[in-house]
Amino acid sequence: MSAIRLLVGTRKGAFILTSDGKRKKWEVSGPHFAGWEIYHLKGSPVDPNRLYASQTSGWFGQVMQVSKDAGKTWEAGGNEFNYAGTAGTHLWYDGTPHPWEFKRVWHLEPSLTDADTVYAGVEDAAIFRSADSGRTWQELPGLRGHPSGPKWQPGAGGMCLHTIVLDPSDAKRMFIAISAAGVFRTDDAGETWRPMNRGLRSDFMPDPTAEVGHCVHRIAMHRSRPGVLFMQKHWDVMRSDDAGESWKEVSGNLPTDFGFPVHVHAHEPETIYVVPIKSDSEHFPPEGKLRVYRSRTGGNEWEALTNGLPQSDCYVNVLRGAMTVDSLEPCGVYFGTTGGQVYGSADAGDKWKPIVRDLPAVLSVEAQTLP
Amino acid sequence: MIRVVLPAHLRILARLDGEVTLGVDGPVTQRSVLDALEARYPMLRGTLRDHATKKRRAFVRFFACGEDFSNELPDTLLPEAVATGAEPFLVVGAIAGG
Repeated sequence: MSAIRLLVGTRKGAFILTSDGKRKKWEVSGPHFAGWEIYHLKGSPVDPNRLYASQTSGWFGQVMQVSKDAGKTWEAGGNEFNYAGTAGTHLWYDGTPHPWEFKRVWHLEPSLTDADTVYAGVEDAAIFRSADSGRTWQELPGLRGHPSGPKWQPGAGGMCLHTIVLDPSDAKRMFIAISAAGVFRTDDAGETWRPMNRGLRSDFMPDPTAEVGHCVHRIAMHRSRPGVLFMQKHWDVMRSDDAGESWKEVSGNLPTDFGFPVHVHAHEPETIYVVPIKSDSEHFPPEGKLRVYRSRTGGNEWEALTNGLPQSDCYVNVLRGAMTVDSLEPCGVYFGTTGGQVYGSADAGDKWKPIVRDLPAVLSVEAQTLP
Repeated sequence: MIRVVLPAHLRILARLDGEVTLGVDGPVTQRSVLDALEARYPMLRGTLRDHATKKRRAFVRFFACGEDFSNELPDTLLPEAVATGAEPFLVVGAIAGG
């Protein structure tokens, strides 16, 4: 019988939630790495027992963890993230040049074909690759070396490379997103990168439609249609039908188009999910009602999903990495909140239940569908 | 032997139950103690000081014999009581954050 494993990163440790395919009863394991911030943990699609975790602390910096037995035991990996060549500068919040400094790993993306290979998106924004199961890391410097690099500027959360999307149909193509630079795509396995931000508009920029500088919060793809991308931007929900070459807005009837996560249904590539948040200064749901919005039309037409979610006095946030889906039928959808709840739906979002209510603030949620 | 006491988070990371005892060749300094510590426990590399520059992480402090040695030069001799093992070398997470 199938099973689901949820990998939950929080401000004070990691938790692993497991259930059988019915998704009614859950076992909670953790906290792993108690007291540390776990920005992200993710399993290899090649070997689901191979888990990678980013463990960070304001005191002790970055630690990488690798498990080969689904989180029962962990080994510390390498934590040396050296920018290639001369690090150079980007722009600081005040617009002055600021040296590139490694701070932490935000996102881990295991290879689709090799369990020992994993990509890391880091702050200050860069992408690293390990081909030895996280023991050593090498930067793919072509991204940071893009001519626009010295003009990249941090968003409120820091200048982070927070999203990596691998194209399952083309091993040399991947997409990344940086706050606040935007989306970049490589077609040569990371040697060179191009900005993919045409059609985005950001009014906080002197040129609102500039090629680079947009605060993209998340991008998502359905593996059956790698040319179609969805984006939750600082403001605006966007869609691209040409692998990022151009974007159009699909915010439609959302109550607000500010938010962080966006995700695609496992079996319906035109069904997508977002969690609208009131504004960039009020990071909580409008009217105190926690609502996931689902579009079955690839955007523009949205329905509120509220069954089982708090509909009064709810002022949590859902961060960019904290929503995911499983691949069972019907599709399971999960998200975690800054209030420490992890909600799950075993019917594509129609009904929700809290799996756990009182974890530390949730930073990331990943689902593994196990045979 | 040098005695080193680590904060709880780093003891867990290094899988230690209590304090560490280390042999240090040559002068007993902040640098030589940390070099020996990181050689024995490689998972601690980067958690106390920068990999490349060896600069102490901002929120890590080094205490011994009731004094703060955090801002001493790395090659300054530590007290005789640390060198003889009479007193431990304390690695402390600074009071900052929560």
